[in-house]
Amino acid sequence: MLSKRIIVCLDVRDGRTTKGVRFRDNVDVGDPVEMARHYYEQGADEIVFYDITASAERRGILIDVVRRVAATIFIPFAVGGGIRSIEEMRAVLLAGAEKVSVNSAALRRPALIDEGAAAFGRQCIVLGMDVLRVGVRPGIASGYEVVIDGGRRPTGRDALAWAEEAEARGAGEICLNSIDADGTQEGYELEITSRMASRVGIPVIASGGAGRPEHLRDVLTRGQADAALIASMVHFGTWTIPGIKSALHQWGVPVRLRW
Amino acid sequence: MIAIVDYRAGNLTSVARALHFLGFACRVTGDPGVLREAERILIPGVGAAGAAMASLRENGLDQALQGAFAARKPLLGICLGCQIVLGRSEENDARCLNLIPGRVRAFPDGLRAPDGRRLKIPHMGWNTLRLRSRHPVFAGLEEGDSFYFVHGYYPQPEDPACVVAETEHGIRFPSALASGSLVAVQFHPEKSGRPGLRLLENFCRWNPAGGTGGAEPC
Repeated sequence: MLSKRIIVCLDVRDGRTTKGVRFRDNVDVGDPVEMARHYYEQGADEIVFYDITASAERRGILIDVVRRVAATIFIPFAVGGGIRSIEEMRAVLLAGAEKVSVNSAALRRPALIDEGAAAFGRQCIVLGMDVLRVGVRPGIASGYEVVIDGGRRPTGRDALAWAEEAEARGAGEICLNSIDADGTQEGYELEITSRMASRVGIPVIASGGAGRPEHLRDVLTRGQADAALIASMVHFGTWTIPGIKSALHQWGVPVRLRW
Repeated sequence: MIAIVDYRAGNLTSVARALHFLGFACRVTGDPGVLREAERILIPGVGAAGAAMASLRENGLDQALQGAFAARKPLLGICLGCQIVLGRSEENDARCLNLIPGRVRAFPDGLRAPDGRRLKIPHMGWNTLRLRSRHPVFAGLEEGDSFYFVHGYYPQPEDPACVVAETEHGIRFPSALASGSLVAVQFHPEKSGRPGLRLLENFCRWNPAGGTGGAEPC
């Protein structure tokens, strides 16, 4: 049976891991390559790097990080953050990433999804989407609106309608991040996750709100998500991936237990 | 020298990186002459069967691979490279290499898990193998080891004796095949962590002509 995936998210700025990552064990928490290696050995099913580098001229550093990660970890990993063109996708994929994640740029120019899927195959293209619960209103039939630029800018797009369009254009997966839940560590947004996962035929990765293993259980069962993204709950050493997986296994959620 | 066939079908570098990590020298090549010289050959690939076969034929790589199989040279097909070793694919109705008689079939619509959940196609993510027979390239792997899959089609050989492992995704499908000096896996060993690296290492040491050539007997 297909396992539910646990995906670890690392924010990278100028080639270094950020966002208050802290560890008890002997890991250089600033080095994304060492962090990725650590999570690979701990049993992460996938890793995603979000590049939050401010300046375009420092982007080349990310490619070097991707190349170094690809030389030592042998599970799929994705790279997202500021990818706007086929050329940028190609650079990241050639450096060894399995997938690229596009977000704001795809909303501004949806053909980016079609072009990426045609050039590299749809399994390479992850659509990242930040959504805000705004209530049902004209143009927002689901009650959830897509926001961009790190959650600051509303777009007037309905989350479910955008998910369906992205699937039709060739997205291979959707990473759905709830701005309401993000950073709370109080659980994923189950409602929009389950509505989206049952609406589209491609996998939905739930993001935002993970704080305890129960949250992953809930979003992977009631929330119908195919995968769950985690960050702080493992970055601070509060939980470990083997601990989370063992809890999920005991609750009957299919997870990869040996690696 | 280990050759990795380049027929313009997706990510070849990840297989090369895994071999490099394991300490094996390899060469990515689209030259049939290099394939004839190679000691063993990996056939990776992501994409559609029709375009892949057209590219192989255009460069004479189809005959080089058929020749290598006839000469009992170790061959490993991965993902699309696993599918094109069969006779024909439902994808693009493509005529393939026919190293193993059989067809590549699309997953049927409306697949459901035992608990009634709708299953998604392509089959993407980590799944386990049920080993049907022993094979040196699978030495050291255990029932329950997980491998990373991404595919909408699966291989169905005519001879069930060719099936080394099966996997469940709504249906039980052959996920690893073997015949003579050829092993073909539907999953991506280069993206499957330690068990995947073990399989690649076994393949790189395998000597189908005599004994197991370094891999532990299974």
